[in-house]
Amino acid sequence: MEQVLPRTDRERRTTDRATGRPSVDKRITAEEAVQLIHDGDHVAIGGTLYSRTPMALVFALLKSRRRHLTVSRPLACYEIELFLSTGALDRIVSSWVGIGLPWGLAPIFRHYVERGEVAYDEWSHLAMGLRYKAGAMGVPFLPTLTMLGSDLATRLDLQTVTCPYTGERLAAVPALNPDVALIHAHRADMLGNVQVDGYQHMDVDMARAARTVIVSAEQIVSPDEIAERPDRTMLPHFAVDAVVAAPYGAYPHECYGRYGPDLRHFDAYAAAAKQDGPAAGLRYVQENADAGFADFLKTAGLDRLAALAADAEELTPR
Amino acid sequence: MSDVTAEELMAITASRLLADHKVVFAGVGMPLLASAVARHRHAPHLTIVLEGGIIGTTLLPGKLPISTNEMRAAYGAQMLTDITDIFLYAQRGYFDYGFLGAAQVDMYGNINTSVIGTMERPKVRLPGSGGANDIISLCNEVLIVTQHEPRRFVERVDFITSPGYLSGGDSRARAGLLTGRLGAVVTDLALLDFEPASRRMRLRALQPGVTVSQVRAQTGFELLLGDEITELAPPTPEEIVIYRELRDGPAAGQAVTADRIAAADRVAAAEPA
Repeated sequence: MEQVLPRTDRERRTTDRATGRPSVDKRITAEEAVQLIHDGDHVAIGGTLYSRTPMALVFALLKSRRRHLTVSRPLACYEIELFLSTGALDRIVSSWVGIGLPWGLAPIFRHYVERGEVAYDEWSHLAMGLRYKAGAMGVPFLPTLTMLGSDLATRLDLQTVTCPYTGERLAAVPALNPDVALIHAHRADMLGNVQVDGYQHMDVDMARAARTVIVSAEQIVSPDEIAERPDRTMLPHFAVDAVVAAPYGAYPHECYGRYGPDLRHFDAYAAAAKQDGPAAGLRYVQENADAGFADFLKTAGLDRLAALAADAEELTPR
Repeated sequence: MSDVTAEELMAITASRLLADHKVVFAGVGMPLLASAVARHRHAPHLTIVLEGGIIGTTLLPGKLPISTNEMRAAYGAQMLTDITDIFLYAQRGYFDYGFLGAAQVDMYGNINTSVIGTMERPKVRLPGSGGANDIISLCNEVLIVTQHEPRRFVERVDFITSPGYLSGGDSRARAGLLTGRLGAVVTDLALLDFEPASRRMRLRALQPGVTVSQVRAQTGFELLLGDEITELAPPTPEEIVIYRELRDGPAAGQAVTADRIAAADRVAAAEPA
């Protein structure tokens, strides 16, 4: 039986208290930001599947060739296969890992998991959300009515609690406090006040649960501009360590209201992964991530990016 | 029936189970399409909820999402929130239906989307639960739609990703799953439900032209038979047009030519094409 959490994680979280970060200029580059991530860290990646994934930050982390990482995400996309192909991962914590429904099973993910070369802790989707939420709330677990009776619960050695008021038995989902959260947002100011449009995925809880929070943003705006729409702010500056300017920073994934996913890029990736397995994943990293995100966007081309922006315009209210 | 695909047959049959003014928590693919068909036909006030944090989506015909977490899924939505929040609405009891597909389902309605083989020695590691475990645990009535074949309908799933009636009887309730019931399983061959005492899967109705022995042959366990096995009404031309317009866009609707309507009419009359 695999352990629910690495023991060190359990021990650390009993004293896990967030500290407010100062109100200073936090702008750095993606390459500088990933210096905050160390071998062996648990890195939570914001967004979900191919929506608002912090790809500019992910690419920088891939390029850094950190090792023995644990990566968690609500639903994971092919970025997991890239981490696997470079030997960066010891453990995946998620409720679903694939590329996306049209592309079938993820071959590189299968390669590593079926050989037992990486651990995959499979939680339910809500359990992932509650794990981050417990972490964000500063409590060690949250009670829930989900996951009960399933083999997921058995395999994870999920514990139950009895309600002290009603006697009901509930699943006790343990807090997850990632070492680092990578979040991509629509707007941020240099102090780290962060605004997102559209669905928020699990980003707020994920960030508040994490010990270090790195935010990339489509646009760096002035603090005055943030204050014009304070209701849109999802993270305050004191919960953020670093701010990275990253226009098209979720490409080839989507960013709500800004640009759609580049499904042709997915087609090409999936075909290569199917044919060559991990070698294709490594090649993808060398050709795309190692060259730097700006070059990657240049390769995609302005026409392509404009077309994806037009897709978003058709689909979201103006 | 040659003009109607198995997928169309399943989605249309399933859509009829959804009543107006209810809330359906739908998975992507056939469950979402079936929900959209219901909204466009007999249930205009059906609220479709998707796990990406999306409430009341209307969908743009011809631009159906392939993920529940993307702009196409959010088109026309009444509310956008976060993922955890959506599931907490489910836990609170707001969602009348949970609507799922299944890679593998057993005689008690347990679903496996985790592994073929064992976790220790996987033959195929599947992507995992996603929200399926939560949907089947927390929604008031669960509907399952999937193709009817022996490799999908197995006596025991290799791994219970999403708990149905577990080992039958009251085992689901004993596990702490106090709310929620499995309503129906819709396939390209039949409509099935679960016998109230044993909680075993039971044949209730057949798709047009299908026989009981055909269903049995495609089921990997001993199927209970309902007292009266009825035949389902075939998809109507209206349903087929709605389905195809949603899937392929308004052009598909405009391009519904006389021969397509004639073909649909033939289906309606259950004549051999």
